[in-house]
Amino acid sequence: MIIGVVKEIHHGERRVAMAPSVVKQCLKIGHSVLVEHGAGVIANFTDEQYQDSGAEIVQSAHKVWEQADVILKIRPPEEEVKEIEEGEEEENLETGRHEADLLRKDACLICLLNPRRNPDLLKRLAKTGGTAIAVDAIPRISRAQSMDVLSSMANISGYRAVTEAAHNFGRLFTGQITAAGKIPPAKVLVIGAGVAGLSAIGCAQSLGAIVRAFDTRTSVREEVISMGAEFLEIDYKEDGTGSGGYGKTMSKEFIEAEMNLIAEQAKEVNIIITTAAVPGKKSPILITKEMVESMIPGSIIVDLAAEEGGNCEMTKPGEFRLYKKVIIIGFTDLPSRLPTQASQLYSNNTAKLIQYLSRDGKLELDLEDEITGAITVVHQGNVIWDPARQVIETQQPVQPERQETVTEETATSKRAKITKNKIWPKFIMLALIIALGGLIGFAGSTTLISHLTVFVLACFVGYMVIWNVTPSLHTPLMSVTNAISGIIVIGGMIHLSEDQILLPAIAVLIATINIVGGFLVTHRMLGMFRK
Amino acid sequence: MPEGIITVAYIVSGVLFILSLRGLSHQETARNGNLYGMLGMIIAVAATLFAGNTGTLWILIAVMLAGGGIGLVVARRVAMTEMPELVAILHSFVGASAVLVGIVSYLEQGQKIGSELIIHQIEIVLGVFIGAYTFTGSVIAFLKLRGSISGKPLTLPLRHQLDLLMVLAAVICGFWFVSDNQQQLTALLAITFIAGLLGIHMIMAIGGADMPVVVSMLNSYSGWAAAAAGFMLSNNLLIITGALVGSSGAILSYIMCRGMNRSFVSVIAGGFGVEEGTLAVAEKDEDGKTVQSTSNEETADLLRNSKQVIVVPGYGMAVAQAQYIVHEIAENLRKCNVSVKFAIHPVAGRLPGHMNVLLAEANLPYDIVFEMDEINSEFKNTDVVLVIGANDIVNPGALDDENSPIYGMPVLEVWDAKTVIALKRSMATGYSGVGNPLYTRENTWMLFGDAKESLNKVSTLLN
Repeated sequence: MIIGVVKEIHHGERRVAMAPSVVKQCLKIGHSVLVEHGAGVIANFTDEQYQDSGAEIVQSAHKVWEQADVILKIRPPEEEVKEIEEGEEEENLETGRHEADLLRKDACLICLLNPRRNPDLLKRLAKTGGTAIAVDAIPRISRAQSMDVLSSMANISGYRAVTEAAHNFGRLFTGQITAAGKIPPAKVLVIGAGVAGLSAIGCAQSLGAIVRAFDTRTSVREEVISMGAEFLEIDYKEDGTGSGGYGKTMSKEFIEAEMNLIAEQAKEVNIIITTAAVPGKKSPILITKEMVESMIPGSIIVDLAAEEGGNCEMTKPGEFRLYKKVIIIGFTDLPSRLPTQASQLYSNNTAKLIQYLSRDGKLELDLEDEITGAITVVHQGNVIWDPARQVIETQQPVQPERQETVTEETATSKRAKITKNKIWPKFIMLALIIALGGLIGFAGSTTLISHLTVFVLACFVGYMVIWNVTPSLHTPLMSVTNAISGIIVIGGMIHLSEDQILLPAIAVLIATINIVGGFLVTHRMLGMFRK
Repeated sequence: MPEGIITVAYIVSGVLFILSLRGLSHQETARNGNLYGMLGMIIAVAATLFAGNTGTLWILIAVMLAGGGIGLVVARRVAMTEMPELVAILHSFVGASAVLVGIVSYLEQGQKIGSELIIHQIEIVLGVFIGAYTFTGSVIAFLKLRGSISGKPLTLPLRHQLDLLMVLAAVICGFWFVSDNQQQLTALLAITFIAGLLGIHMIMAIGGADMPVVVSMLNSYSGWAAAAAGFMLSNNLLIITGALVGSSGAILSYIMCRGMNRSFVSVIAGGFGVEEGTLAVAEKDEDGKTVQSTSNEETADLLRNSKQVIVVPGYGMAVAQAQYIVHEIAENLRKCNVSVKFAIHPVAGRLPGHMNVLLAEANLPYDIVFEMDEINSEFKNTDVVLVIGANDIVNPGALDDENSPIYGMPVLEVWDAKTVIALKRSMATGYSGVGNPLYTRENTWMLFGDAKESLNKVSTLLN
């Protein structure tokens, strides 16, 4: 199978869909890779690096589209723009055609497609008769985690959001006390503790800031705390866990309480990073104009939800904006601003995806499969994207909980049965012991009874002593008890006489091996333990 | 030598044996404990030697020197990885001695009459029976541990009934021995034979994964055999020592069983690892999940860049003799300020505490080696867990898969860590024959190949 990688033509996009290290992986499993000339340059991957990894460099994008069976891209296909003014970009001069039209009939395009928002693009792709896979439609189930591009991009966005803020912030993040006076730590509020939010918390925390986080889903509380942030809570009880790891829209009363909390925080914190997104809907406005005005001059808002409209009323998607001494960053290309790492992660994810989808070196799309079915948005010329699939997902998280309670119940009932059953053997044992004791008491001789006394007491001493042995010494314990049980040598020694030589002698011989071997090997072992 | 002195000597050595076992409860006192044991043994043997028949003294001394010499050579030569085999074969010696002592004791039974005689004979029957069972059972365990015979349980049809039949036959022979004065020796030999057969059959039926229990159980039996010999010889020291060893082995077996969440009876009954339900796990693995493999370079990188690493050694480490290289890696990582800990499952390896001994052999300090209960909560805060040749003890199926034959067994919860690297020769199942869903987890990476070779490479890369 030939995998083709084309250069991104979206203005400002720096990433590339496959890093040279992943090229190697693909070659290993038997695919060949075509890379458009200069595809990775902005992400710091040179053509030479690709060639060294075993890829073939092709001069024009059209050749890649023509030859490859699988086309890897990042951004959705778009119109090729002739940017003669900006000269530096060597775009294809042949046409100003739409990338979607270039898809070969039996080829497959794998990229971010955002099918919910681009129905026209899907139709256009379908016209070519080819197949398109939207990597951003991967269901958020644990099985698909290693292919989840959105998570890995969100991770990078979260990190970049903090560094963007730090870059524009007039102070340090970390608090210090120096000879020249005190440096107060920055206070960072992260709204929405998804992948991006947690990543932002981690990054801000490691820069030394005081980090607070808020999320409507109370289940993320522990994760937030484990990242080192304070979890802000409001009094109103409602859990906002929605489908696929996102939040859902909350009730009016809840939102009111939430807004009050944020309004109070806004007056105090220096940096707000918002990541609240509800899939398929416009992002909720959490920071109003008034809140922005109430912030300390020099404060910064980084709006990671800018693409869906933004969580801040004053956000301008894709732009850097100064509004009344508050900087509002609404960049929608944060992952692209860390192109090398983003490309690396993106290509790791897609490589996993290709591996998942292919059998015997060819793509084989099993539309019945939960993952494959969800991401295949155009199949052999037909748009099969079905937003309803998302609904199925919503119901899933409920099920495991139910099952858990059931298993717990069965477990307790089992345990109850066992305890019930256990009473009888105990009675029987007790009766047997009494009977045996009686028998020995009546029939036994005094010597037997005195031996029995010694025996029972010794058993108890052994029981008491052994319980304290540390598990790491179990092997030495065994070999020492082994040596000690060689005491049976005495039996042989007592019986060895002129009439009886052979059998007792053998007994003495092997018991002595036991004693000497056991003690010495224990000694050797114990000598090895050191602190 | 007067009788009184001997009795006193026996009391002293009995006390020394108790002190010896108590000494072994802590690392600091363990060496002294062993010395107490030796001292006790020397006192007991010396007292018996001087009390005994002067005419045969030279034979005794010659035989004991020979036995001592063999013991010395064995103790020097044995590799620590072969400890389970050594312990098993030594158990068989105790069993064999008990049988011989029993038979000789019958041949010399002297002038006992009435109930005294009957009791003495019952004691002989018991001693011989336990001794023979211990002997053949230990030999089979030895062969299984060596790999001379397959570790798979041998499950004959109606095997429980067969066992019961053999016990019954032994009891009948016992009655025969006590009641019949003409053919007593035949009866005694028949008991020996039946007990031996029972030992072979029962240990054959126990699977490899249960070997730690089997070995400690046989340890216990060897003690009971010695105690039975004490009864027939009216020797209190033998009774005390036998009881100590017997209860010690029994407790160890109990601890091992608890470590596997299995009842003692079910282990003894054997046949583990072939039950239905194994298939259920295997099928689940094919649920579209793939195994991800990694390379030595990536492993070295991951290890170097982590804050805390926990190493989980299993029997595979013993087989590959990788303990030294594991120690080297641990040292290298500690130099790079990576915290390294070791997690030991109670039934890792083929002998209770086997892994601790191997790690100690490689000179690893024991204060970074932790038990399961101490360390299970720490996996959450761990970056990399290195699983070396362990399988069943890190199987998540034991906690959440009710169909799994090892369901309910406490395991090391390694999957809580950020990354798990599992070293394995191939994708074969563990000793218990159970599939392991750990290997298909998202955060698990397999490092295939011989553990020692792979770790050698990783260690070089770390340097």
